[in-house]
Amino acid sequence: MDALIDKLKGEIIEQLNLEDVKKEDINNDAPLFGDGLGLDSIDALELIVLLEKNYGIKVANPQDGKKIFQSIRTMAEYIQANQK
Amino acid sequence: MNVFVAADNIISPLGFTSIENFENLKHLQTGVRFFETSDFSVEPVHAAVIDNEKIETEFKKLNTSNGYTKLEKMAILSIHKALEQNTTIDIKSEKTLIIFSSTKGNIDLLQPELKNKYDKKRLFLWETAKVICSHFQNPNTPLVVSNACISGVIALMLGKRLLEENSKYENIIVVGADIITHFVVSGFQSFKAVSTEIAKPYDAERIGISLGEAAGTIVLTNNVSAISTTSSILVKGGASSNDANHISGPSRSGDGLLLAIEKALEESNLKAEDIHFISGHGTATLFNDEMEALAINDAHLQNVPMNSLKSYFGHTLGAAGIIESVITLESMRKNTLIATFNFKTLGTSKPVNIISKTQEANLQNCLKTAAGFGGCNAAIVFSKQ
Amino acid sequence: MSTKNYISAICSIKNGKVFVNNTLDYTFTESNEPIDFFKSVYKHYQLNYPKFYKMDSLSKLAFIASEILLKTQAISKEHTPENIAIIIANSASSLEIDTEHQQTINDKANYFPSPANFVYTLPNILIGEIAIRNKIKGENTFFIFDKFDTLFMSSYINSLLNSKKASICVAGWVDFYENHYEANLYLVENSEKGLKSKHTAEELNKRITNN
Repeated sequence: MDALIDKLKGEIIEQLNLEDVKKEDINNDAPLFGDGLGLDSIDALELIVLLEKNYGIKVANPQDGKKIFQSIRTMAEYIQANQK
Repeated sequence: MNVFVAADNIISPLGFTSIENFENLKHLQTGVRFFETSDFSVEPVHAAVIDNEKIETEFKKLNTSNGYTKLEKMAILSIHKALEQNTTIDIKSEKTLIIFSSTKGNIDLLQPELKNKYDKKRLFLWETAKVICSHFQNPNTPLVVSNACISGVIALMLGKRLLEENSKYENIIVVGADIITHFVVSGFQSFKAVSTEIAKPYDAERIGISLGEAAGTIVLTNNVSAISTTSSILVKGGASSNDANHISGPSRSGDGLLLAIEKALEESNLKAEDIHFISGHGTATLFNDEMEALAINDAHLQNVPMNSLKSYFGHTLGAAGIIESVITLESMRKNTLIATFNFKTLGTSKPVNIISKTQEANLQNCLKTAAGFGGCNAAIVFSKQ
Repeated sequence: MSTKNYISAICSIKNGKVFVNNTLDYTFTESNEPIDFFKSVYKHYQLNYPKFYKMDSLSKLAFIASEILLKTQAISKEHTPENIAIIIANSASSLEIDTEHQQTINDKANYFPSPANFVYTLPNILIGEIAIRNKIKGENTFFIFDKFDTLFMSSYINSLLNSKKASICVAGWVDFYENHYEANLYLVENSEKGLKSKHTAEELNKRITNN
């Protein structure tokens, strides 16, 4: 799990162009949207692309993103549960 | 100086003249169809696509060279057919200017199979506009507006402003066109914004947009002798605004669109109660239609009959503002309110008076609104003289 | 042509150089990559707006030019958001990011269109970025020209100001395509401030080319 979380942080920073953010700045349980990393609706869509591209997981309904992308940890858990 | 509508046209899956399109709308015919497979989508999709063969057949009748792209042919056909309505407009005159409205122009030329068929220059919107202009031997450099989904409304507003202030021009031909491409469809799909059914504007069950392609033309003039006195319609006022909120998400309060509506009404010297019909933007995404409902309420226009034509034509981007304005003009001439196809139950938090049945009504002043990516909004007012 | 409107400030960015009011203000020589240059401008002027990194190249260029321009005049103190217009033009529209988006969909086996790219495939998004950053709500239009049409731009913006559709306008040119880039953004208002330069086509031609 920790390895996946670490990898995911790197991928998110790259995919979302969070140039000023370092891996250690991202708290595993802090909210990704709103106050946390300050991500917005386009970032949420971009994270859906990331799941499909890097992990082969399709999220059909963007509304599901709200639950999946609560924090880095929930995202990693979702990947573990859904990866084939 | 007053600015009048002298002629107009729509090229869409629902017909190649304004009248044909209007009649189809009156009979609730939609141009949006289901495509199980297509060269513009990797998944099944609903879209309003013009039959290529029909474009070719109609274009051949012009007896002109055939080095034009699909989009250029649509725009050229649209201008030709508009001019057929009013032979007093001299397109070859220095006093006639062409304004071209498009979001993506010949973007299909980026596709590997089309890449080498045309000069790369054709990807540039100013070149596309020049090609259209030189077909008609118009001596002026065309103006090009590319401002997302409000391009068409802005182009009309610009035409009005140039004609009332600038005596250099007598006529302005506003032409808008955009085509269905894999480029655009894949983008909206990546936004999860494309409906799995025909779009349902303002409806409680709306789940996204249907895309479409079209060309539309409105010829504006400040020359009173170029118009018939019995049914003349004026462009009264118009404005654009920005939400200053988000580059893709509509404002959550509708304040940007409200501002454009207020400014357009003010310029027209009209109040909310003077407006008899609103041609809305109505893309059928959750957030756009909600935003519009809020703005319409804050403008005290919630009781005014309103429709969206996106379930007939699909969202035609740079052409939308123009073809929806043409239908508004035709509605005014025929005193007929067109129902919103696929609308059943209102699905916005504030009430708006969506037309569910095509009906007669006396239409004196009408408002056309639009909103788009980049947080932009626009509104324009048409009035009978 | 006579006018009562004035250019109060101008910022030009091209060839690794930033000019403020036609005076060289910053030079970058470490790399020929436009993006490296834009990022170094962002840092040099301490712009501190992390969304900058998410923008496409065209919006990045527009953003840095607008930030430097608007540092010269505190426009929000004297003008209401509804009365500030943004009228910008270019030649290549958004073709740079358009080409990138097309490449993500050409191969069906490697088909991953990016919503973050797609949103920038409209040239007026850069107007949206400037509007968001500065809370500007007035008239906004994006034009496409072969070459910057100073005659049309000056007469249209003068008429916007004269008819009170706006009290100030952020105007100019921002173009980026195949590593060629140029930004010339300027402020037009109806009182003598800053540069106090008459807002005419002739004056614009001089100011845009004389860097």
